Amino acid sequence: MNRFEYARPATLAEAVAAGAVPGAAYLAAGTNLMDLMKGGVMRPGHLVDISRLPGLDRIERLGDGGVRIGALVRNADLAYDTDFARRFPSVAEALLSGASAQLRNAATAGGNLLQRTRCTYFYDTASACNKRDPGTGCDALGGENRLHAVLGWSEHCIATHPSDFCVPLTALDAVVEVEGPKGRRDIPLENFHLLPGSTPERETVLEHSELITAVRLPAEAARFAANARYLKVRERTSYAFAVVSAAAALRLEGGMVAEARIALGGVALKPWRARAAEAELAGARPEPVTFRRAAEAALADAKPSGDNGFKIELARRIIVRTLTLAAAGTPERMPALPASPFSGAITHA
Amino acid sequence: MSLSITLTINGAERAITLDDPRITLLDLLRERLDLTGTKKGCDRGQCGACTVLVDGRRVNSCLTLALSHDGADILTIEGVAQGATAGEPLHPVQAAFIAHDGFQCGFCTPGQIMSAIGMIQEGQAGNDPERVREAMSGNLCRCGAYVGITEAVLDAQRSMAETEAASGRRNAA
Ligand SMILES: Cc1cc2nc3c(=O)[nH]c(=O)nc-3n(C[C@H](O)[C@H](O)[C@H](O)COP(=O)(O)OP(=O)(O)OC[C@H]3O[C@@H](n4cnc5c(N)ncnc54)[C@H](O)[C@@H]3O)c2cc1C
Ligand code: SF4
Ligand code: FES
Ligand code: FES
Repeated sequence: MNRFEYARPATLAEAVAAGAVPGAAYLAAGTNLMDLMKGGVMRPGHLVDISRLPGLDRIERLGDGGVRIGALVRNADLAYDTDFARRFPSVAEALLSGASAQLRNAATAGGNLLQRTRCTYFYDTASACNKRDPGTGCDALGGENRLHAVLGWSEHCIATHPSDFCVPLTALDAVVEVEGPKGRRDIPLENFHLLPGSTPERETVLEHSELITAVRLPAEAARFAANARYLKVRERTSYAFAVVSAAAALRLEGGMVAEARIALGGVALKPWRARAAEAELAGARPEPVTFRRAAEAALADAKPSGDNGFKIELARRIIVRTLTLAAAGTPERMPALPASPFSGAITHA
Repeated sequence: MSLSITLTINGAERAITLDDPRITLLDLLRERLDLTGTKKGCDRGQCGACTVLVDGRRVNSCLTLALSHDGADILTIEGVAQGATAGEPLHPVQAAFIAHDGFQCGFCTPGQIMSAIGMIQEGQAGNDPERVREAMSGNLCRCGAYVGITEAVLDAQRSMAETEAASGRRNAA
């Protein structure tokens, strides 16, 4: 690990000022940053420890029915907040299918949004990686790439964004609240992460020293509570990143889909909102042929970036399954045991 | 630059001066305080061998800076049996791991036990083995003692609940 100067500012304003120093990085729980620093992948000269900034660890129910999740709320605390989990069950389910109980006890909401890709070549400093060292090339192209992107990739980078939390948040129109040297701004999560294009080192629209203060869900997001699920398929039942995951939320009226939300994880360098699939479902009957049509629409532009063509059909099937689960209704017990191909919840679907 | 922090470790308050901000909580415990019960498996958050309780919550001590925890209360495997008696010198989770053969080589065991204590306090798994396995999945065991581990955790949870109910009855009486 490189040497660094450590500071723990007492206020948000001091933190943003300290973060403006070139080479500074914010430290929340460190579950991603420490890992990357140990491997020499990130080498910040200054660590600004924001883990104790006051006021950012609250889950606030807003007057209009929305919710504001402070950037320092721990993943486990959010998932186990009964009111939150009842109103946004797919978000709780996604949180509980990520990482391990120990990591969720530490990891923060803001850190989860900004966690970096799990591409093994990005982690291996002996490999060429445009994201880590711009202009050096991409060893994942033509390498071990069965877990890489099938949507939105470029020849400069084929990595995926690893977050589970971000997938239902994107489906439910979450907004990221940010504080920076130029003041406050709101960024829709759907526009927060960037596709690689020719600058894969640029991962989000955040400017240097901008600090996430909260993630907000609008009141409309709670209208899907009765029919919202998250399904993650991974190479072992627990404690592994998604091969492909999906969040599906339905608003059913009179036996028909009034409104649908779908997003995918593990397929692109950002949580992938599938608006074309949502359009297929609106006004339709919630039945297998419709779900399959939606799945086709979601993956219409997909193409393998290597040895990963299987992910395209896998993603279609995950969409159909997640929609089937969502249509059957959010499970009684909250929070649900994260759905897995081996748990009862899914074999009956 | 020297950096001073105070930690309460297994009930005892300790003033600690660090000469380097890079020291993780795990390295502080093992290398500076001679508390080597907490193990270093992967050092990268992937195995759970380094699990300790920080302010009552189980976390991976390898991925967190000691400096970030100034003022915190840390419980490690060395401190869990402090409330035990001469008749029962072990914490109920320790005793259950022995009774159910919850280990072979023992390397993962301190982390498993700390994780189980944290899990039981969280109270989210109930007595459903599938939920216990999910809640304990952050602790890998290369020896594959998982069957015994799950039984031990369920058994300890049951006996701790019974002890608590009995002491509740005593207090009420
Ligand atoms: C073994 C392992 C398995 C995992 N499995 C999963 C999984 O299955 N699913 C999943 O979703 N995640 C998984 N994770 C990732 C985990 O969720 C993230 O590491 C965690 O959410 C990051 O949060 P943190 O608070 O620790 O962030 P940190 O590590 O402290 O920070 C991460 C990044 O965000 C920046 N940052 C943090 N907070 C802010 C803020 N408020 N404003 C601006 N910048 C900020 C930091 O500078 C840093 O660059 C796993 C991690 C590990 C180690
Ligand atoms: S896929 Fe992206 S992150 Fe992975 S090696 Fe290529 S450029 Fe780097
Ligand atoms: S040593 Fe910390 S998780 Fe492996
Ligand atoms: S007992 Fe050997 S690693 Fe678990």
